[in-house]
Amino acid sequence: MKVLVAMSGGVDSSVAAALLAADGHEVTGVTMKLWGGASDTGCCSVSDVDDARRVADHLGIDHHVFNFGDDFERFVVGPYVVDHQEGRTPNPCIECNRHIKFDRLLERAAALDFDAVATGHHARVVRTGSGAPRLARGADRAKDQSYVLHMLSEEQLECLLLPIGHLTKADVRAMAERFGLRTAAKPDSQDVCFITSAQGRGAFLDERIELTPAEIVGTDGTRVGEVAGVQLVTIGQRKGLDIGGHPEPRYVIDVDVQGARVTIGSADELLTDSTLLSDLAWTGAPVRQPVLVQASAHGDVAEGTVVGTTVQWATRHRRIAPGQSLVFYAASNGEQVVVGGATADRPGD
Amino acid sequence: MVLARTSGPTQPRPSLERVSTSRAYLDHAATTPVRPEAIAAMVPAMTETYGNPSGAHRLARDARRALDDARDVLAEGLGCGPGDVVFTAGGTEADNLAVMGVHGRHGGTVVCPATEHHAVLHAVERCGGRVVGVDASGLVDLEALADALDDSVTLVSVMLVNNETGVIQPLDPVADLVAELAPRARLHTDAIQAFCWLDVARLAARADLISVSAHKFGGPKGVGALVVRPDVSLAAQLIGGGQERDRRSGTQNVPGIVAMAAAARASIDTRTATGARIGALRDRLADGLVDAVAGLSETAVGPDRDRSHKVAGSCHVTVEGVETEALLVLLERDDVFASAGSSCASGAQEPSHVLAAMGVPRPVALGAVRFSLGWCSTEADVDHALQVVPAAYDRLLEFAR
Repeated sequence: MKVLVAMSGGVDSSVAAALLAADGHEVTGVTMKLWGGASDTGCCSVSDVDDARRVADHLGIDHHVFNFGDDFERFVVGPYVVDHQEGRTPNPCIECNRHIKFDRLLERAAALDFDAVATGHHARVVRTGSGAPRLARGADRAKDQSYVLHMLSEEQLECLLLPIGHLTKADVRAMAERFGLRTAAKPDSQDVCFITSAQGRGAFLDERIELTPAEIVGTDGTRVGEVAGVQLVTIGQRKGLDIGGHPEPRYVIDVDVQGARVTIGSADELLTDSTLLSDLAWTGAPVRQPVLVQASAHGDVAEGTVVGTTVQWATRHRRIAPGQSLVFYAASNGEQVVVGGATADRPGD
Repeated sequence: MVLARTSGPTQPRPSLERVSTSRAYLDHAATTPVRPEAIAAMVPAMTETYGNPSGAHRLARDARRALDDARDVLAEGLGCGPGDVVFTAGGTEADNLAVMGVHGRHGGTVVCPATEHHAVLHAVERCGGRVVGVDASGLVDLEALADALDDSVTLVSVMLVNNETGVIQPLDPVADLVAELAPRARLHTDAIQAFCWLDVARLAARADLISVSAHKFGGPKGVGALVVRPDVSLAAQLIGGGQERDRRSGTQNVPGIVAMAAAARASIDTRTATGARIGALRDRLADGLVDAVAGLSETAVGPDRDRSHKVAGSCHVTVEGVETEALLVLLERDDVFASAGSSCASGAQEPSHVLAAMGVPRPVALGAVRFSLGWCSTEADVDHALQVVPAAYDRLLEFAR
């Protein structure tokens, strides 16, 4: 079949393209140019496009570059900034996948008469008993990316190929060597592609929004310090706050941007019985039984039950910063499969 | 497996079956195939007259003679003396040398319209210059230009033909304004897109500096020239052996230069006939597209379809809602090769600064496609394009709804 494979210039998508070509598919590579600004590695630098192009040349497949910069600004960078401004902790990689890779790219692939889109994500598409597609964790649990792909609908999963989901990262690199791909030893990309490690999140946001000070208080309301940019503080944060000495570790347990107030508390005070949800979406039918909930890209899972617009934790759970995605997994045929997702909300918002 | 769509057409989509086995290269404004005359001239310059033209022995003198013969051809074609021709490694270098060379020597303020090629625009920006607006057809706004001119201005750069839209800029009104309001200023014109279609010697007679590039008129890539009138002094941007009368150091690219001269000769000799022939082909292509594609608009061309203000090879169109990138992929599948007119180093299509300056809304500009014909374009190219292009638009318009 005719497959459009998204090639970032990294080893995973290089091997994905190689495997599809080896399977005899009619493969076309595409690199999405998303960000014109500074980037450590990201997905958009000319050298990454060159890597993707040269891998495509090596495989004998066509390669195009699509510029989705306008959409990236509109759906990823803009909301990322606004979220911070409003006291949320966004996950831009999820928004990029949602709006760019699996909205714009799928749409364009359809217009260009491709049968499927493939990516080099570490995740798999599996089938339920009734044959419906579900997203399952990649074979390499440490590299699993099902969290950032959780929003994919059944319809989208039907036309998605994840050729390396059944491989470990070590397998992928070994295959890249065997295919003779120049990206075999290329380091993994890290962090948010549009923020450089030299500049950092604070400086990036400082150029775009006004960072305002806030007082830091204890749970009893006593003032214990001050922070220069409340928009940069996130729930669960322990480091980087000037609050003097405390015998016990102190965590941020609430951030009120409007009220210019950050509340800190003990490890126990960080825990909560339930978390408020917004944008709750199930892949198939809503699940009333307990599910395994993951609240960060490579975090642990905890058991919880979705009741109305909250998740009730089986055992008290760390508070989750508003804006963070919660992904719900259920056990099926021995796999952990994504059954839904939501965004953590702030009580009172 | 068929790609799912959340909402979309259920009626049959236009077919993407290949319609024929021919191909249509319609990207001559990007680059042209090399003319046989140029190749014929180039080979002996690599196998026989391969000496260094700065040298003293006979092989060197042979190379020198080939270089000087080429210089004579360019001088005649550009309406200047042979000593005014500075050979460069292409159009970008010629443009850079004009802007940064004059600014580097004389300082002051440099001025250009917003629709210049980046080779001029970025050089003007680097020199801290002034960028002036254009009207809806891309012609320089003479009032804005007048406002930007004063005694501090040392260079005004206005391109003769825009590389995206193909619109011809009359230089006389510009030269008049410069003479009146910026007496110190030199006038540079980027004639890179003009040379194969127009009598640059006549149209740029009042320019002090003129850029041309070989690969836009059937010569090889990586070679061009800057005309520098005898009374113009500039700071060399490449220094070393002092070649090109100290205006551009570096051993001359003799094979490239003799090939450029052969291409220039052929281009000039056939210019009138080629312009008439290609103009008719272009009209048939443009008319065919306007008639066949709903919502297609021809840039800087009115409903009367008068295209006399454009060069003969240029057909620039937009369709709102059809993204250039997607269209070009479909066209390429059927061997129609065109372009957006602007792209960045990664190969991604960039929204055009030219169209933005002309006031074209961004959603429209993102659907811009430049079809450009050249010296070797044929009726068959247009036939093939008219078979392929409307079908590709139909399909994408179907998906855009």
